[in-house]
This record gives sequence, structure tokens and C-alpha cells, in this order.
Amino acid sequence: MIPEIGHFALILALCVAVVQGSLPIYGAAVGNSALMAIAKPAARAQFLLVLIAFCSLGYAFAEKDFSVLYVAATSNSQLPLHYRLAAIWGAHEGSLLLWTFILTWWMFAVTLFSKHLPETMRSRILGVMGLVSVGFLLFMLTVSNPFERLIPAAVEGRDLNPLLQDPGMVVHPPMLYMGYVGFSVAFAFAIAALLGGNLDAAWARWSRPWTTVAWCFLTVGIAMGSGWAYYELGWGGWWFWDPVENASFMPWLAGTALVHSLAVTDKRGGFKVWTVLLAIMAFSLSLLGTFLVRSGVLTSVHAFATDPKRGTFILAFLAIVIGGSLALYAWRAPRVGLGGSFAMVSREGMLLANNVLLVAAMGSVLLGTLYPLFLDALDLGKISVGPPYFDSVFAPLMAPAIFLMGIGPLAQWKKAEVPDLLKRLKWAFGVSLVTALVLPFVMGKWTPLLSLGLLLALWVVTTAVVGLRERLSHSNGTGLSDRMAAVPRSYWGMLVAHCGIAVFIVGVTMVKGFETESDVRMNVGETATIGGYTFRFDGTEDVVGPNYTAARGTFHVSRDGRETTVLYPEKRRYTAQNQVMTEAAIDPGLLRDLYVSLGEPLDGGAWSVRLYHKPFVDWIWGGCFIMALGGVLAISDRRYRLAWRKEKEPKVAPVARPARCEVA
Amino acid sequence: MKPRHKRFVFIGLGLLVLGVATVLVLNAFQKNLVFFFTPTMVANGEAPKGQSFRIGGMVEDGSLVRDGDGLTVHFVVTDTAKSVPVTYKGILPDLFKEGKGAVAQGQLGADGTFVASEVLAKHDENYMPPEAAEALAKAKASGAQESKSLVVPENKKDSL
Repeated sequence: MIPEIGHFALILALCVAVVQGSLPIYGAAVGNSALMAIAKPAARAQFLLVLIAFCSLGYAFAEKDFSVLYVAATSNSQLPLHYRLAAIWGAHEGSLLLWTFILTWWMFAVTLFSKHLPETMRSRILGVMGLVSVGFLLFMLTVSNPFERLIPAAVEGRDLNPLLQDPGMVVHPPMLYMGYVGFSVAFAFAIAALLGGNLDAAWARWSRPWTTVAWCFLTVGIAMGSGWAYYELGWGGWWFWDPVENASFMPWLAGTALVHSLAVTDKRGGFKVWTVLLAIMAFSLSLLGTFLVRSGVLTSVHAFATDPKRGTFILAFLAIVIGGSLALYAWRAPRVGLGGSFAMVSREGMLLANNVLLVAAMGSVLLGTLYPLFLDALDLGKISVGPPYFDSVFAPLMAPAIFLMGIGPLAQWKKAEVPDLLKRLKWAFGVSLVTALVLPFVMGKWTPLLSLGLLLALWVVTTAVVGLRERLSHSNGTGLSDRMAAVPRSYWGMLVAHCGIAVFIVGVTMVKGFETESDVRMNVGETATIGGYTFRFDGTEDVVGPNYTAARGTFHVSRDGRETTVLYPEKRRYTAQNQVMTEAAIDPGLLRDLYVSLGEPLDGGAWSVRLYHKPFVDWIWGGCFIMALGGVLAISDRRYRLAWRKEKEPKVAPVARPARCEVA
Repeated sequence: MKPRHKRFVFIGLGLLVLGVATVLVLNAFQKNLVFFFTPTMVANGEAPKGQSFRIGGMVEDGSLVRDGDGLTVHFVVTDTAKSVPVTYKGILPDLFKEGKGAVAQGQLGADGTFVASEVLAKHDENYMPPEAAEALAKAKASGAQESKSLVVPENKKDSL
């Protein structure tokens, strides 16, 4: 009964979405405010309906209702409750439901925080989001219904893929989807601006916080996915340039470019057409990511569906959304206007260069990801594009972008003087260069890449310090704390996010430069030493988990004769599908991770064992979280809070500058 | 600089970045594309010598042998028509099993043994890497006598 309610709620949601996607947009075109007023209640109704559907599926999982095909396919009676609930997004159908649910959640958020938007703008935004929602609801209801019944009911479920039975898995997909789908708001803003032919600084100010929030979620989502791969796959790698990872990374690159481009549109009214294009790009790549990951074109834990009907549907949907919005862009973009002019050497110029580099990097990732698919589709042979390709293309494109990241925030808008910049930055550069050259020798090993990585990281931090010092000396206030408070939060946010990049670079550089790995055969009582740490293998014992049995190894780790920690890696056998899984044991630390995973049992109680010493590896994810924190700081800026406060007061000020229409 | 000149400079810079990116991409492609060959193709001498490539198929039953060091393994990858012996030093992935699909990346040695640097079998139990599935399908299509009854599992949820 409950699953039918969920199914019915989805059908109703589709009806509402159709209304929401048509009437308000039409109303905005002809100026009919009654039609436009439909948008808000429709969006809220849709949110409620999809919420009902989502909860129904959750209920079916909680109650172990194996008469629902999807529940039977992705859970098991032995599976603990939290994993049963996480199994909602453990496979294709449910993750689409999650996608749609998050889309309606964003819609709901737009209805809450859009009182200061002109009515036409708001109805267009919600209308566009409604249309996207129509696509996803139709997809679910026609070819991948999560509520499909299995008659007769299965006695036992097939169980969730053991790789996904992990706390990281519970949080990673919702985070990632919040990011993906969050770009739909920026996309809807862009399409609404194209439809209205009106794109001024106020437009950028409205869409900025939305984009930043989505970007923060995406950053955290990707970091969590990477962390999950690190400890769950048992290979000690944190990024494989796997197509699935690339699928989430491409929207991030486009989104990062968008965040910066929006800053220019907001502050200087420039880059308008480019900003709109980036917004379309970021969302299109999110859709492409969903398609790549969920259609079964790519093969990995993420690829659930192999049904060609689904592939065709998503492909058609992609063609309509991307093709349609680009056509609209080609038609309407000239009306939006280019915005103010600026000199080559200026903050705009640097941001433009940064944008071009980010998009070029995105393009190279896209090419490496899609090229094998094209060849395969055209029957020209099977190839794979490995990590070396991405490493050798991505790094040279990002290095100059990161170098510019140091200079950009210090350059004046419109026109900056090179000698002046040189004067302000010489200390930062000198300090970074010397430290980057000397530090590797102190640590006992020098390679060009090690120095380059450290140089870039130090450069970002030192230029941030220079920028902050200048900012503090110019701001009002007597004491240091007064002056610090006078610096706007968006500026702090920028600094923090940039320093996050620096932390990330340090992590990558140090891991690549100093990690040690060794595959060894270990008898009980035998020791192996890597990175100065001695691992003693004390044999394995059998343990029983809720839905698995495992061999658990004991490793005593010591350094200079003193015990550092004891690690318990496991080799689990999940009973439902008789699937073996390696559960690595990690001793995390600020300066290094110690990582042990069990290979295979050999004769006489011996095991093949994989040992890693990974210096600074946690800085990689730490850097990502710091970046996201920077984003959060930026959106807590006074400007946005003022805008929200204004909302609560009953229409005191006229709505921000709708008069400045730029109709050609 | 006049605005027009400035625009040219911008376009020039954009093209420069694009050019550099293209050079990097082509260069990296040249070095890092890994082609896939079926055991039949390898047996026919189609695979390149001294260059890394991938092979895929079934791990032949009873072919897995482990050396005394516990790390070096030998096994045979087959597409039911032809088979290729493979040597690998390292820890095999969890889902590597005899009678299941696997893909290996490495180089062909002088003695015809494939020396793998990486073995991929990181999917669920009844899943077949697409390359391996295709190798089997090709061998089947080319009329090879089926010595074993092979079932290529269709990774569909309907067949619970």
C-alpha cells in the first residue's frame, strides 16, 4: 500500500511539474501575474509530493518490503537499518528519486528566499526548474520506477553492494547531488535571464549565493567520494581519474569558473555572456555526469543500469536540455550585452585567464573521459585512457591558473600596473621560492615537481597574507580585532578557500613525493618496515559481523622501539552474495597515514599484505573542506544577509532595479 | 590599445591556451592510450610488442599458480578460443577468481607470457568486465568450438 502511495505521489508531482514548467513561463512572457503566481505554490506542492514518495520508499526499506523490486534488489534482511536507508540511493532508480527530491528541495528553497526577486524572474526560474523536474519524473515513471512491485515477493533481498556498506556512502551521494542539482538554480537563473533579455549586476548578486552553496556541497561531495575510495577500495589511492570521478569533477571545474565569473558580473557588470554560458555548462555537465554514471555506459560500482531504454531516454533528455539551452543562448545572448571594458592586466583580466584555464582543463578531462566511449560507439576498437594522460594534461594547465590565483586578488579592477604588482609581491615570491627550493632538501629528497608543488602552495598562502595585510591597513578601526571585523566576510571566504587549495596542493605534493608502498608476504610474527615504521603481523582471527564473516588481522606498529598503534584490517565475506571485501585499517595523522590491507591468505597462517606510509594524505581532504568552509564564509557576508533582512520587512524598498532593462 | 586591438589580444591568448591544451592532449594521448586485445588477437600476433595494452577474458579454471614468495601469480586468460598465460606480481583484487572475468594491463614478454602490471576485477560477483564479456562474445561469434558451457551473465536486476 505505502509504495503505491509513493508511486501515486510521483504521478501527481509530474502533473504539478508540467503546470509549473509551462504556465508561469507563459505568464511571464505575456505579463499575466495570475499565471506567474502559480509558480510558488506549485513548487511547494511538488516538494511535498516528492517528499512523500521519498519517505514511502524509505518506509519500504525500513520495513524490509521485498515485494518492491528495488528494495529486494538492493537490501537484505540482515542489513542494518542505517544501511537499508542509505540503500535508497544505493542503485539506479532510487538515486534518481534522490536527484528529483533534491531538485524539489532546491525549488522549495528558491520559493523561501526569493521575495526580493521580481515576479517575472522568479516565475521563470521556478518554471525552468519545473521543466527539469518534468524530465526526471517522466524518466522514473516510464523506465525506472523505484516502486515497481515484485510478484510474488522475494523471500530474501539481494543485498546492497558491500562496497557501499560504509558510513561514507551514506553521506557522499546526497552531498554530491546537492552540488549537482544546486547548479540547476544557477542554470535556471541563466535561462530566466536569457528569456527576459535582462542581466544586470543585481541578477549576479541573486544567483551568487546559490551557486556558491552548490559549489560547497559539490566540493565536499567529491572529497568524500575520494576519501571513500581511499579507505574502502583497499588500494590506498585517493583519485583514479576514473570516468565516474571525472563525471563529478567536470561540473566542479565549470562551477569554480562560474563562481569567479559571477564575481566579475556582480562587482563590475562584466563577463555577462560568459557567466550565462558557464551556468549552462555547469548544469549540463552535472546532467552529463548523471548520464555517464547512471546509464551503464561506464562500468564501475556506480553503473547500475544496463537497460538501453534508459540510456536512450537520458540521451534524449540531455540533447533537449543542453541543445535547447545553447540554442536559446545563441539566440538571446547578444541582447544580454558584454559589460564593461577592462585592461589586460587587471583583476578582470586575471579572472578571465583563470576561467579560460579552468575551462580548458575541464575540456581535457571531458575529452579523456568521452574519447574511449566515442571510439567504442563507432566500433573503432576499445581503448582506455589512464591516469598518466590526465596527470600530464591537467597539471600544466592548472599550474599557471594557481599562480594567477595569487596575483588576481591583489590586482585592481579595470586596470592594474605591473611594476606596482611586482613591488607588492616580491617578498611573497622570494619567500615562496626559497622555501620551496630548500624545504625538499631538508626533508631529504628533491624533485622538480616537489619544489613546484610547494612553490605554488606557498605562493597562494604568502600572497593571501600580503593581501590581508594591505586590506587591514586600509580598513577602519583602532585595534587589530576592529580592523579584522571591518574586512568583509566574503573577502575572508575568498582567502580561506584559496588557502584550502594550498593545503590541498601540499597534500598532493607530499603524498606523490614521499609515499612508500610495499606488497609483502608476512608470516605470523614477522615484521616489515616502511617509512620508518615497523609493522609486526600477529596473525588473524575470525570475527562475525551482522551480515558478514571476516578474518581480522592484528598489526602492531612501532617506531624506534615504541609502539605507535595497533591496526586491525579485515577481509570480509558478505554472506548474501558471497562477496569478498577488503576492509583496510588506517591510523590517520596530521603528518602521515599508516595504512594496512590484507591481500590473500597463504599457507601456514601467512598473508600477502599491502602496507602504505602516506605523508600528509589527509591534507588533501582537509584542503577540500577548507575550500568549502571558505564558500560558507563568503555567503554569510553582510551583503546577502542585508538582502534577506530586507525580505522580511514588508516591501519598504522597491525591488532592486528592475528598471534597468538592457533590451536591445 | 584600442578596444579592437585588445579584443584581438584576448582572442589570441584564448587561442594560445587552446593550442597549448591541444598539444598537451595529443602528446598525452599518444603516450597513454591503452588498447584492448582479446586472447585470440594476441595469439594471432595482432598485439604490439614492447608496448602496454590490455587483455581480457575468463580466468581459466585451475590455472592459478602461486610462487613461493606468495606474491607472484601465474594464470591463464582465455576467450574460449585461445588463451594467454599471464604473470603478475602483487596482490590480486578481491573479485579475482578462477572461472570469472578479468582484465589485465601489461606487456607481452618474449616468451609469449603476458606480464601484467595491473589486474582489474573490481566489480560485483556476477559482473563481467565489458571488455572480457566482449572477448568471449567475439570468440563465440567467430565460430570457435565451445569446449566449456559458458554463461555470460547479463547484469540485469530482473534476473534476481
